[in-house]
Amino acid sequence: MNGSGADWREAVERASLGLVSVAEGGRLLREAPLFELGRAADTVRRRVHPDGVVTYIVDRNINYTNVCSCGCSFCAFYRKKDAPDAYVLSEEELAAKIVDTIAAGGVRVLLQGGLHPDWGIDEAVRLVRAVKRHPILLHGFSPPEVWHFAHQSKMTIGEVIARLSDAGLDSIPGGGAEILDDEVRRRISPKKIGWEQWAAVMREAHRQGLRSSATMMFGSVESPEAIVAHLLRVRGLQEETGGFTAFIPWVFQPGNTELSRDPRFGEASARGFGHAVGYLRVLALSRILLTNVPTVQVSWVTMGAKVAQIGLFFGADDFGSTMMEENVVASAGVSFRMSEEEIVATIRDAGFMPAHRPGLPGAPGRGHSFPQWEDTPSLPPGSGPGMSPPGRNVP
Amino acid sequence: METESRHIRDKVEAGERLSESDALALYRARDILAVGEMAALANRRANGDRVYFIVNRHVNPTNICVNRCRFCAFSKGKDDPLAYTMTMDEILRRAEEAQEQRATELHIVGGLHPDLPFDFYLTMLRSLRERFPSLHVQAFTAVEIDYFRKITGLPLPEVIAQLKDAGIGSLPGGGAEIFAQEIRNEICPEKISGDRWLEVMEAVHAAGLRSNATMLYGHVETLESRVDHMRRLRELQDRTGGFQSFIPLAFHPKNTEIAKGYTTGLEDLLALAVARLYLDNFRHIKSFWIMVGPKLAQISLHFGVDDIDGTVVEEKITHAAGAQAGQEMSVAELVTMIRQAGKIPVERDTLYNVVREWPTEGARA
Repeated sequence: MNGSGADWREAVERASLGLVSVAEGGRLLREAPLFELGRAADTVRRRVHPDGVVTYIVDRNINYTNVCSCGCSFCAFYRKKDAPDAYVLSEEELAAKIVDTIAAGGVRVLLQGGLHPDWGIDEAVRLVRAVKRHPILLHGFSPPEVWHFAHQSKMTIGEVIARLSDAGLDSIPGGGAEILDDEVRRRISPKKIGWEQWAAVMREAHRQGLRSSATMMFGSVESPEAIVAHLLRVRGLQEETGGFTAFIPWVFQPGNTELSRDPRFGEASARGFGHAVGYLRVLALSRILLTNVPTVQVSWVTMGAKVAQIGLFFGADDFGSTMMEENVVASAGVSFRMSEEEIVATIRDAGFMPAHRPGLPGAPGRGHSFPQWEDTPSLPPGSGPGMSPPGRNVP
Repeated sequence: METESRHIRDKVEAGERLSESDALALYRARDILAVGEMAALANRRANGDRVYFIVNRHVNPTNICVNRCRFCAFSKGKDDPLAYTMTMDEILRRAEEAQEQRATELHIVGGLHPDLPFDFYLTMLRSLRERFPSLHVQAFTAVEIDYFRKITGLPLPEVIAQLKDAGIGSLPGGGAEIFAQEIRNEICPEKISGDRWLEVMEAVHAAGLRSNATMLYGHVETLESRVDHMRRLRELQDRTGGFQSFIPLAFHPKNTEIAKGYTTGLEDLLALAVARLYLDNFRHIKSFWIMVGPKLAQISLHFGVDDIDGTVVEEKITHAAGAQAGQEMSVAELVTMIRQAGKIPVERDTLYNVVREWPTEGARA
């Protein structure tokens, strides 16, 4: 297409109705004028969130171990078990971090870690119990971790999720999605579960009433079409389950990674979207294609506060979290910091109304001030397709 | 509001000059998609898809300054342990490094030193010209020029003539801050007035030298004072045509006496885009990546900006106030960043002559 503004507008409109092929989506990503994408994404955002609210959460990212048998080439965080800087958090260290988090007003722990070769479901359940001794939400274990526990303990995915959920897990982060395309995965994460397995974990989690986010790491070696395929797969899965609360696209950070030294990465990144303008294009297309996912989140951790704020005009309605601690992106040499005050001021400056996402009902801290979103963190077990639209409390 | 914005859009599309109230309305509406798209249109008319950068090196010969501007974290008193003044050798060594790195420009600005005589600067310019004749020296803000007048007792045109004779190539645009005196009283009471800054630049242009213009925003200024600032620049430019580029500078609060946060991405893009729209007689709008960060600088290329400054190498002034970007970008990084934005990278010299144009595969709008 080599069209006028009106032609692009029509193409973008069709895309937001789901009437788009991977090839057409790829063309939009590559060629549609930036402001056509921005305006269309902004229109979808206004339709889904007419209140002009932009949410955020005070929480802490805890990585229980950096020992990982997956060894993805895009990751600067993982270590082998015998590496001098390999670690597994003790229960005391974990407890201290949670106490700090609650004292700092945090309402949630995001718990993720490497695929530790000695860990199975029992270790995972012990970890969940250790967190849930405290009055705080637990958002933990991305699909590759869930799959790993099942494999190690010779259980089904359904059994693992049931055990974690019984132990108190509130929701599941959408990590490990990278690009939901097995050709890309073979190149950057050959030992990680494939896209259908990722989807299977999410389908089962949603079936059991746990909600989750979905992420996408782009800017490595993928094509624009692979990005679109990812978005369409999340859209399709959401049509089935309705269990995704938020979509979080973020940019691969090459520092200290094996992938950054691969010449094929250099070629791909020159044409790819792993930069600030590319980020806005992908963010906008995410909002345009994922009309059935309530929230699209900016990634200030990888893009910085300034670009993240501009992301609010390209479809995003959530500013993510204060993090307090971030280890994975920091391993790649990127260390933007934002306090809650900065997040709130940044949202206000853009003309939106900042709102803290709800925490655990009845727990200390924030989360009671916005009763209109007072849905509980998990749905009744057994709700599947046709469940009510998810709230905003998970991403 | 709806009619006002349509009225402004019509003017931009017709290539008509915006009024001060138009500029103010654009600032106030904060509709960044609309402003950005208009600014992109105006920029495309002036510069197509080209984005300029320069291989340059900044040199700040001294941080000792008789002024104590409240927004400045760089200036020091003579006896301060952090005070420094480079020797001529240190300055020349930096020029030598610049030449080795294929730089075409040295960018030299510093404090108003209480003891260094005017001759020091003339000697510096002559030595640089003698040893590095291919390096263009862009040096001394209007504030420094006026200070030379003060310490020599010479008339302004004579000061400028001597600098030109010694080899100055052009002038940067610093020291403009915000012209309105009530703002200057708060942030830089000792600095020359806005009127004086403009008089110095008029004399500089009359001497056949080009310069840039800046505006420091994000401190205590009002939107009206920003528009007033740009109005005075546009009027002078109508008379002289001597300004090459306009560079909005984001205030950095760290180590300064002004209690404010950093500017936001929205403020930065608005400052750039409104400047592109209002300053219709400035061909180039520059986003200084040191100030706004490389990521936002890249985005600004779609919001009216056609110049991203250069390799810089060593930057002390903004870093003293907490700039988080590095001090140096390689040519390869600049070219990649511009290309990834879908634009055509063009290495320029100080006077915007093309040094090298990088062809690009299918520019993206």
